[in-house]
Amino acid sequence: MSDLNTFREDTRNWLEENCPPEMRKPMSTDGVCWGGRKCKFSHPDQELWLKRMGEKGWTAPTWPSEYGGGGLSYDENKILGEELLAIGARPALASFGLWMLGPALLEYASHEQKMEHIPKIVKGQIRWCQGYSEPGAGSDLASLKTKAIEDGDNFIVNGQKVWTSYADECDMIFTLVRTGPLEPKHNGISFLLIDMDQLGVETKPIKLISGKSPFCETFFTDAVVPKTNLVHDLNKGWDVAKNLLQHERKMLASMGAGGSSPKSKGKSGSGLANLSKKYVEENNGKIADEGLRQKIAKSDMDGHAFSLTLKRVSEESKNSNHGPSAATSIFKYFGSEHNKRKYEIMIEAMGTQGLGWEGGEFDPLELAITRDWLRTKANSIEGGTSEVQLNVISKRVLDLPQQ
Amino acid sequence: MALTLSEEQSFLKDTAQKFSRERTPTTHFRSIRDSENPECFDRAVWKEMAQQGWTGILVPEEYGGSNFGVAGIGVVLEELGRTLTPSPLFATGVICASLIKEAGNDDQKKDFLSKIVSGDITMAFALEEGPRHNPFKLKVEAKKEGSSYILNGKKTFVIDGGFADKIIIAAKTSEEGISLFIADKDLKGMKITPTSMVDHKNAANIEFDNLEIKEEDLLGSENNAKEIIEKILDLGRAVLSAEMLGGALEAFEITINYIKEREQFGQKIGSFQALQHRAALMFTDLELCKSCVLEAITAFDEGSNDIQRVVSLAKSKIGEAFFNISNESVQMHGGVGVTDEYDIGLYMKRARVAEQTFGNSEYHRNRYAELTGF
Repeated sequence: MSDLNTFREDTRNWLEENCPPEMRKPMSTDGVCWGGRKCKFSHPDQELWLKRMGEKGWTAPTWPSEYGGGGLSYDENKILGEELLAIGARPALASFGLWMLGPALLEYASHEQKMEHIPKIVKGQIRWCQGYSEPGAGSDLASLKTKAIEDGDNFIVNGQKVWTSYADECDMIFTLVRTGPLEPKHNGISFLLIDMDQLGVETKPIKLISGKSPFCETFFTDAVVPKTNLVHDLNKGWDVAKNLLQHERKMLASMGAGGSSPKSKGKSGSGLANLSKKYVEENNGKIADEGLRQKIAKSDMDGHAFSLTLKRVSEESKNSNHGPSAATSIFKYFGSEHNKRKYEIMIEAMGTQGLGWEGGEFDPLELAITRDWLRTKANSIEGGTSEVQLNVISKRVLDLPQQ
Repeated sequence: MALTLSEEQSFLKDTAQKFSRERTPTTHFRSIRDSENPECFDRAVWKEMAQQGWTGILVPEEYGGSNFGVAGIGVVLEELGRTLTPSPLFATGVICASLIKEAGNDDQKKDFLSKIVSGDITMAFALEEGPRHNPFKLKVEAKKEGSSYILNGKKTFVIDGGFADKIIIAAKTSEEGISLFIADKDLKGMKITPTSMVDHKNAANIEFDNLEIKEEDLLGSENNAKEIIEKILDLGRAVLSAEMLGGALEAFEITINYIKEREQFGQKIGSFQALQHRAALMFTDLELCKSCVLEAITAFDEGSNDIQRVVSLAKSKIGEAFFNISNESVQMHGGVGVTDEYDIGLYMKRARVAEQTFGNSEYHRNRYAELTGF
């Protein structure tokens, strides 16, 4: 215990010295630092903060220090999180490398590949995107057709990926490509890392119903990929894909929780209720519209129950050798459905002020909520639809017979 | 605050699970129901529970208990809930033991708590006066006359009221003040009418016609019971939520096993996506409920400052889940689901009575909103 106390003290001192003042202010979406070769820092302090945290390995606190990670234990990581929260520090880095690719590489990549790629993820030097879905391969991902053909020391890649997040701002893409026959579907797929700075790779943004373009289509025309970029065995990429998907679903689920820990919420009230009170009448501090009030209570209670479950499962997996409990498979499903319902309630509470597209008659927060509401519709589609999640629970957890 | 059971708590849960599987499977519940035993429980089994130490889990050591805590009695009730075990443990060992511990004077604690621990007396709490939970709009009044109180009015849905040796009565003693009294079941002026409920657990309506209670049978001090009742109701709600979780888990598991076996159209019906997705949704609900119930039953032992909210969260979530799962379970069983031969209908009947006990899901959703400030 005293070791942990020392760690807490050292951590607090280090953060006090190294977290720049600008990085302790609340962050807007523009303030997120994604790193990468094309990164434009919004403030010099942002660059400094990333550099310091990256060198310390604390952008990936629990990853092995051998590969540039922080090498922290579960308890140390928890303390680091608490100390960062205490000073209101912004995350130094947000990235798909940290959330999705890194964990899969640690499990499946060779030592040389880890030495090459992991430190650059930790330091935010390379920004990664995901090349999984194709126009003809959505929920049925294994029917993908993008082809990689061996050519000496290289693969030559042809095909099209879709829903590649921020591909136009990324440096590299981790992909599933077909290196074997189309049948049996799952056995001919390989996991390939592709540098996007080459002529054979083109990206084109997709405009969404929210008016924004966080996703792209990505086209490969005779793109050249060295064989050293094949992760795990040839034609065994599906194993890596499934592992990575679990990390992705966990990430998407925790976004659904909206960072609403029951403690931080505590007696400080309800975000939904506070928003609603600006638009609907009150009766002695109660939201007068009883139907709306019930919906808000239900949503808050769902959020509370969900964050308790995230906490319970994380404690259970810490205390047992069995890995994550069966409950993990519900996270993606419940997190995304809960988030969608939450935004529907906001829009309902705001009335017509929640339905503005643009312009000065709506304040920026209103416009942001409206656009975010439209964005949430993808929550239950990306990373495996809700229906796919329910299939997974039925099959893997409940062991129900298959047709 | 931990959201996992300690080693001792897990051990107690395993013991209770073994007990309920071996001593009180649902055939035990059925045999009592079918024998038309008016008490609705088995005294020999009750003695065994006392020997296990379960009657003393909430009783301080100086009165013979183990003071093991709310989470401890919660996991026991969860396991007993799985097999619908009838027993006085909830009304006597949880509610009345806690009321006496919280409100009673030294003599009363000495007198009653040790007898609860040994299993020698059973008790019931007469609080409700109408068909829906409404703990503080009481009409039953206790008027001081000399060294006695005279009680008039009617109580409903007194759990275990049909057999309990002693009844703890909540009554108005001033415009705003509520007091608690301990009365012998045989006192003149008290008419106990057992009510036959769908879950076949014991309950009664009790009428007071100039019931005279001696001053020394006032539990604790006059006009002082409101906060104590609220606190013990929360404790009871947390433990009841654990019992409901046990029932919901069992009903779900019975149903999953059934749809894995039952064949129609030449296939196991569990292979149909129309049933699979509903099963996955129930599983999701149950995982959330497990966390809420665990948070609620550990909140007391850990001295949480948010007990009321987490208790209302748990009671509301498990209330909705048990309601839905018991309905879905009957439906997925098809025709046999509505026969008495299959157990699944018994869980639905228990779900409804438990839902109405100490506030239904809507009551607790409303309370959660009020406590959060909207």
